[in-house]
Amino acid sequence: MSENIYTIISPLSGTMYRRPSPDEPRFAEEGDEVKEGDVVCIVESMKVFNDIRAEYPGTIKKFLAENEDALMIHQPLVEVIKK
Amino acid sequence: MFSKILVANRGEIALRVLRTCREMGIKSVAVYSDADETSIHRHYADEAVNIGPPLVRKSYLNADRILEEAKKMGVDAIHPGYGFLSENSAFSQACEDNNIKFIGPCAKAMDLSGEKITALKIAAENDVPLTPGSDGALADKEEAVKYAQKIGYPVILKASGGGGGRGMKIANNDQELIDNFSIARGEVMAAFNNPDIYVEKYLQAPRHVELQVLADEHGNCIHLGERECSVQRNYQKLIEEAPSPFLDPQLRKKMGDASIKLIKAVGYANAGTVEFLVDADKNFYFNEINARLQVEHPVTEMVYGLDLVKQQIKIAQGAKLEIEQNQVQPSGWAFECRINAEDPANNFMPMPGKFTELNMAGGIGVRTDTHIYQGYEIPPFYDSLIAKLLVWGETRVDAVRRMVRALNEFKIKGLPTTIPFHLNVMNDADFIEGNISTKYIDTHPQLLKFD
Repeated sequence: MSENIYTIISPLSGTMYRRPSPDEPRFAEEGDEVKEGDVVCIVESMKVFNDIRAEYPGTIKKFLAENEDALMIHQPLVEVIKK
Repeated sequence: MFSKILVANRGEIALRVLRTCREMGIKSVAVYSDADETSIHRHYADEAVNIGPPLVRKSYLNADRILEEAKKMGVDAIHPGYGFLSENSAFSQACEDNNIKFIGPCAKAMDLSGEKITALKIAAENDVPLTPGSDGALADKEEAVKYAQKIGYPVILKASGGGGGRGMKIANNDQELIDNFSIARGEVMAAFNNPDIYVEKYLQAPRHVELQVLADEHGNCIHLGERECSVQRNYQKLIEEAPSPFLDPQLRKKMGDASIKLIKAVGYANAGTVEFLVDADKNFYFNEINARLQVEHPVTEMVYGLDLVKQQIKIAQGAKLEIEQNQVQPSGWAFECRINAEDPANNFMPMPGKFTELNMAGGIGVRTDTHIYQGYEIPPFYDSLIAKLLVWGETRVDAVRRMVRALNEFKIKGLPTTIPFHLNVMNDADFIEGNISTKYIDTHPQLLKFD
């Protein structure tokens, strides 16, 4: 079971954002199906917004960081169950 | 006279303002977020107060919290620095309502300057030259096309509510304009409260030249010449200089007179900057008013021998300008290189983190405005500017040579910085000759080649 789960990690330190802008819906919810390359959240670092994408197709199991959380580099962000 | 000033900012500009407070014998208060616990600006003030979490909205942009602390600490004035709350007219007004002097223009002058269509209208009424464009906000894309056909392509769409490149779209023909109109409107709606956009003739390779002005609250206004900020990337300035290698005394006087007229027309008091674009035929066009102290203000300080922050504080205290226009003369040449925690070899990607080794530049004619120190970790929550390296020289060539020497002395290890880029520029023949424009980086790809 656990080998089917992979974790998306933050490539740099910054701030977690779950929406493209404050009045838009979230990129993804727990339980959503994602394709490879789908944006699941944004990490802002020094005013640059970096799209964080799913590496494989699957289903989002859990968000490990919440909107506006301060992130360390390599901090786990999202668990995804591989298809 | 002020007895205590709160500096509502962080980083190098907080130090810059706090240093002048010390020199003037004024007590100071620094504010810092949780992410800036280890930031040095806290120690340059008499008192320091935590204003909340790392996110700017919850700390450095939290006007209510900052005002509350200011009242608690018994300050009589707030200096906003640049960025953050510096051009927020509601904050300027809230300070006034609480009997705290905002060291910057009043809310009304800030609104007239900051709303671009209004500023353009006032400029037109005062015979300040404008780029040909639409007469105010555009109703729809059909109207944009009508104006574009009249002024000729290429044209640029701009946001009335703000700058920094957002909502700005270039179009070379009707179809591009129609497509970009919708995109620009979307961006503008998301970024600013004001949906208005306007269209202007797009100048191909203008120079960015801005005039520094000082205006007191008694109707006196002078200019302190120009800064040229043409070396930019995506509208972000990287190198500034004073004076401009392109201006002669006649053009400087014309642009200075136009700036003073405009500043007086908007009822502006304190230090301010009037930005222009200048074409190859030395025509100049008003771009915008920056209602704050600019990042690059030290190049003006170096050639005019004045402390602009001290001037700001004196003006805010109600003093009359002590200097008249005929008393100010530039002397020599100054450059500023913005040292950013960015990787110039990788599309200027910002890189927060810790550097392992730091050795600052020094010696004759060198000024380093910075908040970094050995062992400091650059937080990811704020901008990437880590130091402003400035030099003064008797001539432009002397200043270029001194900047090369200073850049080579400035050692930062463990993180990429823009130092290698600046060295490439300072060794480039066109830059040395003063042949620059806002397209300079685009037309000189060799500047982005590193060994």
